[in-house]
Amino acid sequence: MRSKKLLSIASLVGFGFALMVGGFTAIKSGYAEELNEAEKRAKDPRNKTYMVGEKSSGYVYMTAQTRDMQDDDFANPAFVWVDAGEEQWNKVEGSEGKSCASCHEDAKTSMKGVANKYPKYDKDLGRMIALQAKINMERTKRMKAKAWKWESDNMLGMAMYVRLQSRGMPVKVDVSGPTAAYLEKGKKFFNQRRGLLDMSCKHCHEDNSGNLARSNVLSMGMPNGFPTYRLKWQKPGSIHRRFAGCNKNIRAKPYKRGSEEYTNLELYLMWRASGLKWETPSVRN
Amino acid sequence: MAKKPRVKVQKSAKKGDVIQIKTLVPHKMETGQRKDKKGNKVPRFIINKVDVTFNGKPVISADLHPAISANPYFAFHSRVDESGTFKFTWTDDKGTKMTTTKSIKVN
Repeated sequence: MRSKKLLSIASLVGFGFALMVGGFTAIKSGYAEELNEAEKRAKDPRNKTYMVGEKSSGYVYMTAQTRDMQDDDFANPAFVWVDAGEEQWNKVEGSEGKSCASCHEDAKTSMKGVANKYPKYDKDLGRMIALQAKINMERTKRMKAKAWKWESDNMLGMAMYVRLQSRGMPVKVDVSGPTAAYLEKGKKFFNQRRGLLDMSCKHCHEDNSGNLARSNVLSMGMPNGFPTYRLKWQKPGSIHRRFAGCNKNIRAKPYKRGSEEYTNLELYLMWRASGLKWETPSVRN
Repeated sequence: MAKKPRVKVQKSAKKGDVIQIKTLVPHKMETGQRKDKKGNKVPRFIINKVDVTFNGKPVISADLHPAISANPYFAFHSRVDESGTFKFTWTDDKGTKMTTTKSIKVN
């Protein structure tokens, strides 16, 4: 009796094993196709400068048409905002009678490499602040002008104009001193499961980058092109808008633009993208 | 914020050259198909006409319809035989006209 039972268990296990093997081969053939896609992306000469080691920029996952738009500064619609940002740079506003240019002079030299400095630790506030928050601080404190809304055309234009000056430079974030603790917080946010779908950023952008989520190819979640012109939005958007969109997709309640949580996450993503080149303003689908 | 049309025309060309002209105009191009939160139709608001003239003579004139993305980009070619000015006009559904001019020298 006992031996019979054992035998049946053994056969069950054997059957289960056979199923598993069958399952794995089925998955394997699916992988094979995806590997081909990955190989194609790696071999494409256009992607060469957008891939550093294991990291690849969101550019790599875009269609050829979208990449064409980004490659040609004229066809890139984000430059409409960048042009306006340049205009704003020289525009005197507020009761102090100052413009950005009155202190910082030519952005082409003074703002070079500034993209790498944000998010930055602010001593007075005791937290990290993003570039947009800094722009508003300068506006309200130094220029005594009205603050801009996070996702307003002016703010996006200015943020893109400032970051554009660092285009082509490698992403390199200084995480020494008080910043290290916030980097850790950002990392925690990245790996934390959230929302009804109980997913973290990591599940898509680290474990499954290059695979499909419905019809979209998942990128590695690199922030080096933000603020980016997104075809879906038909306008540029900040990385915090992208975070909020991602959070909504996994049925989690998004945080506010410029919140501590998102700023820390932005810092972690910057650190994660170290070595990739700045692409702002990029074009994404 | 002043969003301006972007136009790219080379500064000089040889007589009889065929040159490429690129234009990108900021516009939201509302199709008229969408509904707002209350269920009311968002009225159509698109650029419906693009006119380009060279020294007063028409170069290209296009009627636009919905299903063209926001901030539309147009590129076209033109032969230049004399120095002069290109004048670009975009007309939208509200009758607002945006114009830009670009001049070119022909040797």
